[in-house]
Amino acid sequence: MPEKFDPETTEEVRAIVADALASKTPLEIAGTGSKRAIGRAVDLKYVLSTARLSGVSLYEPDELVLRAGPGTPMNQIQLQLDQHGQMLAFEPPDYGPLLGGAAGEGTIGGIVAGNLGGPRRIKAGAARDHFLGVEAVSGRGEVFKSGGRVVKNVTGYDLCKLMAGSWGTLGVMTQVTVKVLPAPEKTRTVLISCADAGTAIDAMTRALSSPHDVSAAAWMPAPAAARSGISYVAAAHTALAAVRVEGIGSSVDARCDALRDELSEFGEIEELHTHNSLKLWSEIRDVRLLGGGLHAVANSGDDAIWRISVPPAEALGLLGWLHAGLEMDAFLDWGGGLIWARVTGMVDAGSYVIRRAMVSTGGHALLVRARDDQRAVEPVFHPETAGVERLTRNIKEAFDPERILNPGRMFDGI
Amino acid sequence: MRMPDPDRDVLSRRGEIIAALRRIVPGEGVIAEEEELRAYECDGLTAYRQLPMIVVLPETTQQISDILKYCHGSGVKIVPRGAGTSLSGGALPLEDGITLGLGKFNRILDIDYDNRCVTAQPGVTNLAITHAVEADGFYYAPDPSSQIACSIGGNVAENSGGVHCLKYGLTANNLLGIEMVLMDGETVRLGGKHLDSGGYDLLGIVTGSEGLLGVITEVTVRMLRKPATARALLIGFPSSESAGDCVAQIIGAGIIPGGMEMMDKPAIHAAEAFVNAGYPLDAEALLIVELDGPEVEVDELIGRVEAIARENQADSVRISTSEAERDNFWAGRKAAFPAVGRISPDYYCMDGTIPRHRLSEVLTRMTELSEHYDLRVANVFHAGDGNLHPLILYDANKPGELEKAEDFGSDILKLCVEVGGVLTGEHGVGVEKRDLMGEMFTEIDLNQQQRVKCAFDPTQQLNPGKVFPILHRCAELGRVHIHSGQTRFPDLPRF
Repeated sequence: MPEKFDPETTEEVRAIVADALASKTPLEIAGTGSKRAIGRAVDLKYVLSTARLSGVSLYEPDELVLRAGPGTPMNQIQLQLDQHGQMLAFEPPDYGPLLGGAAGEGTIGGIVAGNLGGPRRIKAGAARDHFLGVEAVSGRGEVFKSGGRVVKNVTGYDLCKLMAGSWGTLGVMTQVTVKVLPAPEKTRTVLISCADAGTAIDAMTRALSSPHDVSAAAWMPAPAAARSGISYVAAAHTALAAVRVEGIGSSVDARCDALRDELSEFGEIEELHTHNSLKLWSEIRDVRLLGGGLHAVANSGDDAIWRISVPPAEALGLLGWLHAGLEMDAFLDWGGGLIWARVTGMVDAGSYVIRRAMVSTGGHALLVRARDDQRAVEPVFHPETAGVERLTRNIKEAFDPERILNPGRMFDGI
Repeated sequence: MRMPDPDRDVLSRRGEIIAALRRIVPGEGVIAEEEELRAYECDGLTAYRQLPMIVVLPETTQQISDILKYCHGSGVKIVPRGAGTSLSGGALPLEDGITLGLGKFNRILDIDYDNRCVTAQPGVTNLAITHAVEADGFYYAPDPSSQIACSIGGNVAENSGGVHCLKYGLTANNLLGIEMVLMDGETVRLGGKHLDSGGYDLLGIVTGSEGLLGVITEVTVRMLRKPATARALLIGFPSSESAGDCVAQIIGAGIIPGGMEMMDKPAIHAAEAFVNAGYPLDAEALLIVELDGPEVEVDELIGRVEAIARENQADSVRISTSEAERDNFWAGRKAAFPAVGRISPDYYCMDGTIPRHRLSEVLTRMTELSEHYDLRVANVFHAGDGNLHPLILYDANKPGELEKAEDFGSDILKLCVEVGGVLTGEHGVGVEKRDLMGEMFTEIDLNQQQRVKCAFDPTQQLNPGKVFPILHRCAELGRVHIHSGQTRFPDLPRF
């Protein structure tokens, strides 16, 4: 078992990192460790946990801003936001069960460090788009800050953008400030039975190109729909496209009516109201529709899970390639721009087929879940072009020249 | 404003550099005559002027790559320039530098309705992107006031905002991908037509980097479907406090308007005298609140906002009933800068952001400063997101008055930082706010930002003298300093 440090203050984090720097001792950087299974395996003797840098230190609903320690549980933040009818608009997912762990263990630091977002990404952005300010300790053992507590800010470089999605490889965050927004008064989902992905993507494209302010659009092939906990969806025995509308009541009603009309040419229409609509999108957000023993220990199965971001219009072609080369279960989010895939029985987790097909589509694929031995060999993050790879190394060098923060988590030496 | 000392060696090689550039960009693309260079001596921040050594106007990415490669090899500095509308001096030339103008990169390359994005060359104007797609019901959301002139490449460099960014985000939130050329001539693509990045968010860090990291040669942005309808309220208040309270309560009620703008009395009067928009001249503060979306939603929210306004002592409430009337409400706000320009020989536009609830305190202190400096100030304010644009009125022909206006401006920005805000909300640091960066950041913060600069441009030849008050050499910044003797965790192994 690695030895664990549990600092409670920024100064303690700084001292630990400074010591690690002086002795060139690499540290694993983690919150509660709920997303430890994502990324290349980092097997180090020491863990620096941010779990005790916890608590909301500032929340001003009228100013749409919240500041918290990175170790603050998402559940706690959600509870406070609920009391004021607000939300993190990027819909932070909970990948706990997907990764073989429990639900509800994630922290705000982990969400930001992974730049994770849910179905509303297409309308409201990802964590990066709501990340206003950061305080962190770099691999140089120095406390730095960037950004602030206001939305409109172009003062200096926006280091928050680099921290979001850097998986603890550039700095140990000690405080994060995020934008919050009013939660919608009402939510509804229009379901369209679409047997094939092509029809579904056309329907979603129509919806997303309409003035009806659609906040999410997904497609579930029949096996994915059958895994839903919503009886209507599970019993439909067909593939379903889902289009979500949110806002004030009268507006949601009017837009749903309009969408039902405009989408009826693609298939039979149904509608999910408040409770079921919320439930469906949390199933999609948390990737609970892929099946394949998701609740088993992540290392024990042969199934690999991929998160593939592509231009929406490329999704159909890419799906065709992947189905031809892999035994695969999949569903689409982001109007086709996000493919979630479970690949079965491939020694390389499906890496070769997926990466090769994506040379022509563009985009990037993250191997979210795979066995340790696969993660040790296959690139987990999407390989970068030579020029971008050089910039990535230079950025790592700028923040963590001695490679002491989560070294190798993203790429070799990064 | 002190700029880096010019390199005498480079200046002495001017003729040779011109010849080399002409080999890369044939024809009229290299400008070396003083009277022609004069057009490039400043950007939108006209108080600072400097003739560039040479101006080059390339037409292809290959030419830009060749120019940068040549300059990299021969130690010549580069200042990238879009439309030259920066209000912070981001495109201020260097005496020993080449201004690289992107005006000829003016084509829209691809309109992709299936992926809902537009790819354009960097010199295309912000508004031209909307014009290209509006017949099909789409638009590009960020709308800086200079949108008729400012370029999309410049928008990326400055992370430009506009009146609609409370609801629709800044450039960073609407940008999908870029192609850029690094100082050593290498061309890289960041992002594309998909969302987010697999590795570090280099696209995010380049956005708002003010031309210090690379030369942008192609931009892909999201287009949005135009809202079905938009209506606006024009609300007069007896005090800025009541207007500020109204703004807080609108947002507290869960309403995010498409735009929410405030003007103070001097700005109201200047605007009304200029465009006769029918603004209430007895009001101390004026609020324009625009709701957009489906008709039924807009109608309902208009009613809710009106009720909140009345609860907050609004003296007058007008609600637009036609597009013409809505445009009229905006006409005064959009003309606020030139309107102030009519009542004063010169004005100096500031751009701090504050937490909204500190507004009345900041306005009171600003009035005190106005008396102290004996200079008038008019305020326009992106009320929804706390971005203030105080316009300081002065006369450059009166000795010492420009300096006084600059000091007044510095005091306002320091005040913004003091109350928890920032130096610049959307205009950028440039040269203008460069020396104030220490008000907001420690030396450690600034060094870490400069290391990002070094990651892209280790020889610091791209737009030096902007953003950072002190230029450190990259080698010096890269050194690791071990702070020994502070060990509090002796159980870590030592080597």
